[in-house]
Amino acid sequence: MTTTTSEPGYADLPRLISLMTGDDKHHAAAESTVDVLWVLFDRVLRLGPETARQPGRDRFLLSKGHGPMAYYAVLVAKGWLDEDELADWSSARSRLGHHPDRVRAPGVEISSGSLGHGLPIAIGTALGLRARRFSSRIVTLIGDAELDEGSNHEAIVVAARLGLDKLTAVVVDNQSSSHGWPGGIARRFETEGWAVRTVSGRDHEALYDAFTTPHPGRPLAVVAVVEPKGGH
Amino acid sequence: MPNMRDTFLSTAEEIVNTDPDVAVVLADISAASLAETARRHPDRVINVGIREQLLVSTGAGLALAGLRPIVHTFNAFLVERAFEQIKLDLSHQELGAVLVSYGASYDMPMEGRTHQAPGDVALIDSLPGWYVHVPGHPEEARRLLLDSVPGDSRTYLRLSAQENSAPHLGVGLQTVRTGTRGVVVAVGPMLDRVLEATEGMDVTVLYTSTVRPFDAEGLRAAVPDVADVALVEPYLKGTSAHCVADALADRPHRLLNLGTRRDTEVRIYGTLADHDLVHGLDAGSIALSLKEFFTG
Repeated sequence: MTTTTSEPGYADLPRLISLMTGDDKHHAAAESTVDVLWVLFDRVLRLGPETARQPGRDRFLLSKGHGPMAYYAVLVAKGWLDEDELADWSSARSRLGHHPDRVRAPGVEISSGSLGHGLPIAIGTALGLRARRFSSRIVTLIGDAELDEGSNHEAIVVAARLGLDKLTAVVVDNQSSSHGWPGGIARRFETEGWAVRTVSGRDHEALYDAFTTPHPGRPLAVVAVVEPKGGH
Repeated sequence: MPNMRDTFLSTAEEIVNTDPDVAVVLADISAASLAETARRHPDRVINVGIREQLLVSTGAGLALAGLRPIVHTFNAFLVERAFEQIKLDLSHQELGAVLVSYGASYDMPMEGRTHQAPGDVALIDSLPGWYVHVPGHPEEARRLLLDSVPGDSRTYLRLSAQENSAPHLGVGLQTVRTGTRGVVVAVGPMLDRVLEATEGMDVTVLYTSTVRPFDAEGLRAAVPDVADVALVEPYLKGTSAHCVADALADRPHRLLNLGTRRDTEVRIYGTLADHDLVHGLDAGSIALSLKEFFTG
């Protein structure tokens, strides 16, 4: 008899997440980002533990650091972390907290938690990689309520003016912004010269298509719409 | 010789022209002066407009991509307005940058409180591991900038319109005058006025433009067993008091702190000299404070 092992896949993510949430009921809160994360790490971005220090690697900057269970689950599935670490997460013994720490957790490009930092840092990263003549993609994930932070809008205005076409901002929209975005989130980016796509945040093919459709000369904003927060 | 700000800009231009790993990030301030350099190096001289949060975050992102950022604007906007970006995007991420400010505590006195940031060094001092340089002469500013670019340190270089007549290019506490009654520490642009104020006094005068890390050993070496120490800083009074207290923890000592006032917000406009007087940082006021302290 032979035993085969295979890399965990998308179907394993609920189980991995439940190792942190402890039950099935909190999946929704933990999982607003899970499909976006999976498509990015599985099919779009050129990154992995084996290329973690290559200067020309693609970069994923999780700006919305709240509820990182799906992120940690994907990092386990892609070999950055060991599954055994998840049950103990957020304890003093663990390197995995409620907000990821880049200094402690492999695969984490930026420490996050305070909202409104990922996209502005991504501007600098895109500028730096362009100056170094790398063709790397830079993707940052933000939440629709996170867009309330004004620092994002400093970045949204500048990104297209500087022609940062390697930059993608994916906004996971669970309609949790207190005052909302009249005309839709995409319009906020489009006004400033971004290429925009609004798709279901649960539809892997639509997400993949949105992430990979060419957008020459312009940064890309993908609005990934999921169920309203608290609507489950 | 050009003033500190012009010296910084010409030195930054030299660095960008010769080091392909250095980028300068601006928020409109000084952008006109570096316009020609920006035309030559559009990828590495970046003006984000009047967006100071993005200014610092962009510097952090450049460091994340492997470049060495020099980030510059007035200190009220660089340190106070964007402090969370300094704390999180640089310190917490463990990313390096050279932050260069102009404005000091009241370099633009006619602009009023909005353009004054006497608490900038105290704010940076709340974060571990930063180098803080407060040059007292344009040649010191140039040297400190050139010394800060190699490596990946987090460095704050605080330029000022006020300067001393001669440079002192050393690191740590440098002995300018020796005496027996006590020690006066002059920081950056405070040196000339401290020398004038202590003329004829039997005190040691130490000078530093490199204030963090604080040269504790240099202070211990300069003071006798029972120490009277006066600290004359060009920013918030007592910013370095905790450093002196730690350095002399095992010795009886008294400490006089001179610096910008904590007890009131100074709302006058006027000139640099007007503000020196209000804060007690002109040579005459310093002399009176020191005489009272050392004879007390």
